[in-house]
Amino acid sequence: MDPVISVRDLWKVFGPNASQLVASDELKALSRQELMDRTGSVAAVRGVDFDVAPGEMFVVMGLSGSGKSTLVRCLTRLVEPTAGTIMFEGENILEADPKRLRDLRRNKFSMVFQHFGLLPHRTVADNVGYGLEIRGVPRAKRAERSQEVIDLVGLSGNEKSYPDQLSGGMQQRVGLARALAGDPDVLFFDEPFSALDPLIRRDMQSEVIRLHREVGKTMVFITHDLSEALKLGDRILIMRDGKVVQVGTGDELVGAPADDYVRDFVRDVPKSHVLTLKWIMRPPRPDDDLDGPELSPETVVREAVRSVLGADKPVKVVRDGELLGVVADEEILGVVAGEA
Amino acid sequence: MVAVAAPRQLPRKPLIFAGIVLAWLVLWLVFRNVGTLALGAADLTPLHRWVNDVNDAVGASRNSNPVFLYFFNEIRLVIDEFVTFIQALIAQPSFGRPVPVIGWLGVVAIAGFVSLAVAGWRVALLAVAGFVFLGLQGLWQESMDTLSLTLAAVVISLLIGIPLGIWAGLSDRAHRILTPVLDFMQTMPTFVYLAPLTLFFLIGPASATIATLIYAAPPAIRITAHAIRTVPRTTVEASESLGATQKQTLVKVLLPSARKTIVLGINQTIMAALSMVTIAALIDAPGLGKTVVKALQTLDVGTAFNAGLAIVVLAIVLDRVTTAAASERRTLPRWALFGGLGVTGVCVYLSYTYLWAAEFQSDVEIGSAIRKGATAVTEWAQDSLPVITDGFKDFVTIVLINPLQALLAESPWFLVALVIVALSFMIGGVRPAIVSAVCIAALIATGLWQDSMITLASTLVATILVMLLGIVVGVWMGRSRRADRFIRPILDAAQVMPAFVYLVPFLALFSASRFTAIIAAVVFAAPVAIKIIADGIRAVSPATVEASTALGSSSWQTIVKVQLPMARGALTLAANQGLIYVLSMVVVGGLVGAGALGYDVVAGFSQGQLYGKGLAAGVAIVVLGVMLDRLTQAAAKRWTN
Ligand SMILES: Nc1ncnc2c1ncn2[C@@H]1O[C@H](COP(=O)(O)OP(=O)(O)OP(=O)(O)O)[C@@H](O)[C@H]1O
Ligand SMILES: [Mg+2]
Repeated sequence: MDPVISVRDLWKVFGPNASQLVASDELKALSRQELMDRTGSVAAVRGVDFDVAPGEMFVVMGLSGSGKSTLVRCLTRLVEPTAGTIMFEGENILEADPKRLRDLRRNKFSMVFQHFGLLPHRTVADNVGYGLEIRGVPRAKRAERSQEVIDLVGLSGNEKSYPDQLSGGMQQRVGLARALAGDPDVLFFDEPFSALDPLIRRDMQSEVIRLHREVGKTMVFITHDLSEALKLGDRILIMRDGKVVQVGTGDELVGAPADDYVRDFVRDVPKSHVLTLKWIMRPPRPDDDLDGPELSPETVVREAVRSVLGADKPVKVVRDGELLGVVADEEILGVVAGEA
Repeated sequence: MVAVAAPRQLPRKPLIFAGIVLAWLVLWLVFRNVGTLALGAADLTPLHRWVNDVNDAVGASRNSNPVFLYFFNEIRLVIDEFVTFIQALIAQPSFGRPVPVIGWLGVVAIAGFVSLAVAGWRVALLAVAGFVFLGLQGLWQESMDTLSLTLAAVVISLLIGIPLGIWAGLSDRAHRILTPVLDFMQTMPTFVYLAPLTLFFLIGPASATIATLIYAAPPAIRITAHAIRTVPRTTVEASESLGATQKQTLVKVLLPSARKTIVLGINQTIMAALSMVTIAALIDAPGLGKTVVKALQTLDVGTAFNAGLAIVVLAIVLDRVTTAAASERRTLPRWALFGGLGVTGVCVYLSYTYLWAAEFQSDVEIGSAIRKGATAVTEWAQDSLPVITDGFKDFVTIVLINPLQALLAESPWFLVALVIVALSFMIGGVRPAIVSAVCIAALIATGLWQDSMITLASTLVATILVMLLGIVVGVWMGRSRRADRFIRPILDAAQVMPAFVYLVPFLALFSASRFTAIIAAVVFAAPVAIKIIADGIRAVSPATVEASTALGSSSWQTIVKVQLPMARGALTLAANQGLIYVLSMVVVGGLVGAGALGYDVVAGFSQGQLYGKGLAAGVAIVVLGVMLDRLTQAAAKRWTN
């Protein structure tokens, strides 16, 4: 399937003469700090490539200052990229004129912000309907659609409240509803739950997972929290100092970290929750008894513990009838013990 | 880290300061009354005569010169028309009628209804009571004249100010261009641009309105720009991310989010306009201010007090209504809206048709009672309190004013110039020294050197008193939340009052003298200084104060060694603002015996042959202002880095 979003060699440099900077291979090769010292400019995003598939939940994660917000703002041109291409459904966004850009923002993508960005002088319903109002949707239709999404995000009964009368979690639901109201193809989230306390955050994460399942939209989700990334992401992109360090599924990052930076990152992840059998299986040895139970390579370790430890023979890892490897007690214990 | 850096360079400085002052004293003894550049009250310099000639020439060519015909006269006409129109509606007999179009009942009803709609029923009640009180004082027409002029100036100010403010809020470049212009407009001593304006727009409502405009528009511009700039970035971004056009974001996001703050700006504009409109009585603007000026000139404290009270009442009503409008989301129930509209309509109709509802005639006239009461209190105070009032007055006069004035005004000009330049250099370095030198040259050029020095002496004394008051009350407020809660509303109220009304009670207590003008200026300037210092003290990190207490400092030690030094920035800012406020009272002080520049300006308005001198005095006040402002700012920079 063709990707919805396809980003190639994307650069964003803040500061004077940004476009000349990215034209010079010598300057591009410098580290962020060196570039800062030499030219006084900040390279927030440096040569980023990635694709997002339709319906995917794509997570971008990195520490504070790594350039995540800048990256996601480049995708909607809230920040003007310095160089590169961003293809959206086959169209290069960087070539869109202001009118086309507005059309895209009105119909194709929308964004949820860390600090909500609600309009304090409008009720919940009017906040949710704001995007439609801007497009010129008539009032009655607006009200109907707003009500739909308000119900969808579980805010029914609060339509007439003002943002400052709501808790943080509820305010972000308004932000979510506002983004959903225009029925966009892609939703961007910039650390939407960082300002919420942990319990509410967990609720909201489940909410997003539910919405993703129900409405099936493509989502690009920014976070600095690895457990959030692992919980939500189909695939995860790890950024450091504006560069991509690794892109992959959760178990790929944990099972095969690209470098020490990523390894450090995922060190404290409970591996049994993330790794699947394919990461821990070994080739069968001659002395193995090969008539034990079978499991798929996609089975998460945690869920295989009981079967493996309960069986007195190694468990066979099988895909489409083909034997890929075996897992015995010591492999399982190696993972579980490593977490203690 | 700041606290450590300062003492290293300090020890030498006080010695040099002391040396300079000592040398000055010695030379003063030697050269006393030599080269003081004195100028008699009725004497003129060639410059003053030349300005008079220009004034006459301008007067003669007013109706022939194209610049006047097609520019200044047009502006004057339009503004005059506008003011006259509002006056015709509520203040002056018009359209061949013996009374204005809308009589007192109608005006009271409109005031009540508008207040009800924007500020709720409590404030509406206050507005109605306030307006009726104005009538009872026997000052209905004067009050309406003042209100008309204020409204005219406010409308024009907002028509200019809000678009400019929006522009400066949206564009960084506009912001960069406008900020220094506004800074300059606001550091200008308030009342000095009256004179040059009369040159172009004649004496009367047009000049008064334009002067008011200059004074009242900057807050509207500044606050609107600030309000737009402080709308959270994410909110704007959210709107853009949904595909809003710039105009949609402005109209649907920025302006509504900034609404409350913009209304606060309107509040400031209205209060500034009221203050200036009353002062503009000096150039023949009609209204309450004129009543006060006339009464001050004849030392009729009773009448001045009654009219001053009316200004206060007007100020309170206007302030309450606009403040309440800024503070809440309010929607009037439909029945109240239409009911109120109906009642107001009926009242307006009645006041249009019947004399009793048009002209305020009352059997319970309380104005004369107030006048008599105030006069009686004044006489009593002057008869029975002289020990206290005169004692205080003489003490300050002898200990502070006289020595300083003698030193400044009786030294040869070159000596004072040398001392000022040397001090400027020590405070700020080369640039302030050059600025001071240029300012001194300008003062000499105005021909009013000695008057300038006398005014400078009064200004310094007033500023010293302001700072003393500011430090004592400010530290108290900064350290005690209760004191702050109690005093702050009083200061807020005091700041809202037009400068004028401060003169009246002090005139009653101290009669006309330099001292009275100084005290009025101190009272006018103190609230700003106190607030700045209180905020500065409060901003000192509590952890530092706690650490000092934990080391066993007494309260006094904590104040002197921790809080005041750390609030240095606030102290210099307070001194700077205090100076500017004090200077802006110089002209007003001229009405109650301040003499020197203040008197020159006031006399220039009333006597044709002193016009040029008055104008020069206005320039001298501005020059003093620029010099002192630059100096205090340089000091602030030096001490806070
Ligand atoms: N408008 C700007 N002007 C100059 N520099 C900027 C601007 N916006 C971001 N930067 C810089 O770009 C870098 C990346 O910032 P960005 O906000 O994208 O990081 P982030 O990963 O979102 O961090 P956080 O987790 O704190 O939100 C930072 O060094 C930041 O200082
Ligand atoms: Mg960010």
